[in-house]
Amino acid sequence: MELFLQQVFNGIMLGSTYAIVALGLTMVFGILHVPNFAHGQMYMLGAYVCFFLITIFGFAYWPAMAMSAVVLALGGVILEVLVFKPVRNAGGIAPFISALGALIIIENAVVVLWGPEGHRIPNPYPGIIEVFGITMSTQRLLVIGVAFALIVLLQIFIKKTTLGSTIEAVAQNKEGATLVGINVNRVSALTFAISTGLAAVAACLVAPIFMISPSMGMMVGMKAFVIVILGGLGSIPGAIVGGLILGLIEAIGGGYFSAAYKDVFGFGALVLILAIRPTGLFGKEIKGR
Amino acid sequence: MMKWLKTNWFYLVVLVIALALPLVITNRYYSQVITMSLLFAIGALSLNLILGFTGQMSLAHGAFFAIGAYGVAILTYTLGWNFWLALPSSALLAAFIGFLVGMPALRTRGSYFAITTMCLGEIIYLIAGNWMELTGGHNGIVGIPVPSPIAVPGVLEITFQSQASQYYLVLFFLLLTVFVMHRLTKSLRGMTFLATALNEDLSEAVGINTFRTKLLSFIVANFFAALAGGIYASLIGSISPSVASLTMTFNFLMFVLLGGITTLAGPIIGAFIIPILLEYLQFLQDYQMILFGFLLIVVIIYFPTGFMGLYAKVRDKIKKSRVGA
Repeated sequence: MELFLQQVFNGIMLGSTYAIVALGLTMVFGILHVPNFAHGQMYMLGAYVCFFLITIFGFAYWPAMAMSAVVLALGGVILEVLVFKPVRNAGGIAPFISALGALIIIENAVVVLWGPEGHRIPNPYPGIIEVFGITMSTQRLLVIGVAFALIVLLQIFIKKTTLGSTIEAVAQNKEGATLVGINVNRVSALTFAISTGLAAVAACLVAPIFMISPSMGMMVGMKAFVIVILGGLGSIPGAIVGGLILGLIEAIGGGYFSAAYKDVFGFGALVLILAIRPTGLFGKEIKGR
Repeated sequence: MMKWLKTNWFYLVVLVIALALPLVITNRYYSQVITMSLLFAIGALSLNLILGFTGQMSLAHGAFFAIGAYGVAILTYTLGWNFWLALPSSALLAAFIGFLVGMPALRTRGSYFAITTMCLGEIIYLIAGNWMELTGGHNGIVGIPVPSPIAVPGVLEITFQSQASQYYLVLFFLLLTVFVMHRLTKSLRGMTFLATALNEDLSEAVGINTFRTKLLSFIVANFFAALAGGIYASLIGSISPSVASLTMTFNFLMFVLLGGITTLAGPIIGAFIIPILLEYLQFLQDYQMILFGFLLIVVIIYFPTGFMGLYAKVRDKIKKSRVGA
């Protein structure tokens, strides 16, 4: 029972970071209808920016996280303008390829610049709390807290503010949104900024727990895709629920069966779910391509 | 006959050059590079079938290449099978896995399919790296024998020790692949592939069973990917999980896109030019992948039809100027 609860806690911790990364991905998909394959690499960049801010520039943990989110938000806008905008109307496989190109460039540029080895961000909250026999490190609790706060804030932003609702409007109907005077280009850029900014925060949150390395983004990016599909492309509640489900599958599968194969359980679950529901758990029927 | 020669002389010349190449190139290193290019051309051609002709973004292509490679490695090295039995068995295994995986995966469309196959590729990569007993884990399998000799008792025996013989072996399989792809894509079934790529809903409306079309294309593509993988394992002699990695899929993607998607010559040209280009760019080693990523983006934005598209454009211009004069 204790092992189970421990794994559930770890699963929720993992799942809540997955949820924020997946949220950004699903928002971008809702607007551009393109899977941003480089999303995981932006997450990785976020961790690196945070690392350098702390170790070289002597930032404290929280300011470094905020700064990293701002830098990556800008990075997201640049990515959108350089990589996705030119192929927006090309259709077919063009946007996929463009995104793959971005992925290759970012990951290898980091390897060339800072080496393939891992780094560790000093843990700002090394304390441990024990509840009902479950060990919870303060940092892990913090991850869950910040993740849920971000999710709530994002919901409020999208549902209650005018700027936020333009995102939803464009996702629902691009032509309609243009007709009522929404600047689609600006909304795309804004969505990308939020998306990569969120990824950076998620990376900064878990960086003190895990190592950071150039290849850390690939796996997380792929998992974010699994989640986004589990939840249905473009669905925000789907991304949150999907993130938690994947975190739990991994933690429980890894804890009870095999740690080496924990990722196989997650990907396997995706294949199974898609076999039953080709558009994901919360997805609507998508016509055409 | 004369008419056939007139329209096909170019291909005949290419074939003669291809056959004579080992006589000209005696440098072991270059010979190896060229043999590998031919081998990757098989993989690129098969990716082109599912990606170009059928419009389905399969990101598990490298994984199926790896299934062939591991299949041959395990069957010949661990179990001591004859290569000529192991190769078709591995390719058939890959085709069968393609069938099993395609059943659920091809029910999805567009981005969903791309991501599902990416996950499948990752599963196969993880299995290759972790199933110690079968795959040797991250160290892989070393000491895979070269293809078994083909012997006709009393008449001749073909061995595959020399580089020239390996070259001809790969060339044979490339020609086989080109032949199958040519027959397939020019047939009525090939038309249904293209129709599915262009508009899935419309194809369904005119009575094409798009699911079965995509499944067939996926199975054939994976069969040939595994065939290339199997030969690769045998010629190189050692494999590691990296053959299943996404990088492998990226390489094939690059060959297809830079060469020219949805053409038969494009992927072969891509598989030839890029590795040779890489030889000249050795000094850029660290920046190679960055350059590739950059190239991918530039090509997809400005030359979405790759080298073959560029060639067709130039040819049309010349024709027009001739008509004008």
